[in-house]
Amino acid sequence: MTQAISDSVSYLDEPKGIKSWLFTLDHKRIGILYMWSIMVFFFIGGMMALIVRTELLAPEQILVSADAYNQLFTLHGAIMIFLFIIPGIPAILGNYVLPLMIGAKDVAFPRLNLASWYVYIIGSLFAIYSLFSGAVDTGWTFYTPYSTQTSTSVTAMTLGAFILGFSSIFTGINFIVTIHKLRAPGMTWFKMPLFVWASYATAVIQVLATPVLGITLLLLIFERVFGIGIFDPALGGDPVLYQHFFWFYSHPAVYIMILPGMGIISEVITVFSRKKIFGYTAIAYSSLGIALVSFLVWGHHMFTSGQSELAAMIFSFLTFLVGIPSGIKMFNWVATMYKGSISFESPMLYTLSFLFLFAIGGFTGIMLGALSLDVHLHDTYFVVAHFHYVMMGGTVMAFLAGVHYWWPKIWGRMYNEKLARISAALLFIGFNMTFFTQFILGTKGMPRRYYSYLDQYQPLHAFSSYGSFIIGIAFFIMGYYLIHAIFKGQRVGKNPWGALTLEWTTTSPPPPHNFEQTPVVTDGPYDYDRIMIVGDERVYKDGPEEGKEIAKEVDSESKK
Amino acid sequence: MDKHKNHITPVSTYLKVGGALLVLTGVTVAVSFVHLGPFNLVVALLIAGAKASLVGLFFMHLLYDNKLFATIFSISLLFVSVFIILILFDTLTRDAIYEQKAQPIKATQLIEKPN
Repeated sequence: MTQAISDSVSYLDEPKGIKSWLFTLDHKRIGILYMWSIMVFFFIGGMMALIVRTELLAPEQILVSADAYNQLFTLHGAIMIFLFIIPGIPAILGNYVLPLMIGAKDVAFPRLNLASWYVYIIGSLFAIYSLFSGAVDTGWTFYTPYSTQTSTSVTAMTLGAFILGFSSIFTGINFIVTIHKLRAPGMTWFKMPLFVWASYATAVIQVLATPVLGITLLLLIFERVFGIGIFDPALGGDPVLYQHFFWFYSHPAVYIMILPGMGIISEVITVFSRKKIFGYTAIAYSSLGIALVSFLVWGHHMFTSGQSELAAMIFSFLTFLVGIPSGIKMFNWVATMYKGSISFESPMLYTLSFLFLFAIGGFTGIMLGALSLDVHLHDTYFVVAHFHYVMMGGTVMAFLAGVHYWWPKIWGRMYNEKLARISAALLFIGFNMTFFTQFILGTKGMPRRYYSYLDQYQPLHAFSSYGSFIIGIAFFIMGYYLIHAIFKGQRVGKNPWGALTLEWTTTSPPPPHNFEQTPVVTDGPYDYDRIMIVGDERVYKDGPEEGKEIAKEVDSESKK
Repeated sequence: MDKHKNHITPVSTYLKVGGALLVLTGVTVAVSFVHLGPFNLVVALLIAGAKASLVGLFFMHLLYDNKLFATIFSISLLFVSVFIILILFDTLTRDAIYEQKAQPIKATQLIEKPN
């Protein structure tokens, strides 16, 4: 039987030809299509960030004019948010591993899944078109009244984001139905891996919140094109209403970005601690808790916008509530590592980076949620640092943990672990150099989005820019060894990490229909207290005598 | 879902509901000629709500289908109301800020020092 599985063709080999990829209904291939396209935009957005940071080395012009600078930071934000980080984890890793994790052959609606990729491409074409037709200089938030007046290409860019929203909704619908309907026999809700729970919570937000972004951006386009006046005070409108509309989506969207990342952390931390996750139900429910609370806190982006004091107080109070489910997760992850048999392979290094950086990002979020402090820190580099700690230190680190964790499953080959560790270390150092400095800049009063600045800020700005160059180097190393692994990496078996979730019970790379036989789930996803993986097989520590002995032997060998 | 459970609504029900919708439209028009002050809006919203419920329950089959659909539909309404209510906390109480800030600066205030 084992022989039969390892001989079976992988989804990478059959069927062949470019057409078989472009019209594929296989969730794994769609995940890979998403991966390449999203990585292109990640590269573009990243290069823009490097140009911005280079320009900020000195207060005078170095590379680009002030107008080009405004467009570059706007495009960096818009591309990274709408084209990279929102679809990133759900569309790439979610698409690839979610059906595998629940023992399904595919997602519930494979055609809708493929459609979502095409919709993503169409949306991104609008974004690219806007690049060449005047770009956008509003900041990624497109605030009125400036966004209705600027001569740059706001309409094309917002239309692009509007279309991308549909792609996001399609993925969300697909995941909700897949999780409800296609779980393997025996996989009850509380035997689902936590990445699946996190993806479920994310999907709920995608489906509920994204339409509001659609409405908002359409209203903005109507405002620009027809002057309907809903955000224009001269016509009885209200510019602050735009911010309400925008953040009613965009705040939950922040959780669309971070929740699946948290799911990855839950997976990786258990596997590399060889210990049952601490507080499974608490982590699962806290995902749903975050999803719920995320809809009630958007006003904290608007404390200084002219919103009423009463509303600001309510939103400030509600914002503090987000700290509870996030804190529950942090403590559970740390408790999972306690007395575990921790190993520091690269996925775990990224996970540990996440724990450090997300903690800082989360705490500074609570600081910014406090009304009196926010008045001073609003629109300074402190905010920039905060959201990069959450989005890059949080989501991107978790994404990289997931990429390194599932890369051998996706391609059947392992990357160079030594280079992976070097790049993880460089990334951690470069990241903190870049963004911790920005916390200090912010508290010293450096406003965000400025092209030039007072001389006193220059040393810190320069230090921050040097950090960003280190980040750039780390990503180039990563790109090299990950792509190298696809072609020349060492082949791996079914389960190189010794994990217990279902995706590791099939071959690497998996066959087109994932499993030779529908798996029947009898064990929990994290039962490391009673199961260990020897070779590719499960050995039950509490099973027959033979199993106990093998377990003991392997234990003592690993201790040597 | 079990196919045997699929409910087939008789045409007569559709006609009755359609008739009710037309009648309610007539009522909306009629009420607009009666001056009730602010209650004009309340009455119009109540009639519109009743019509939307009829459409949802009969034409969209929410009455007969799995109650999960009705629940999801209600949740979306709940979210719309959360959105509107929290925005009203802002727009209805904004005067509180402007009243204080819009007062002319008095000469005495400029002289007074905190200590």
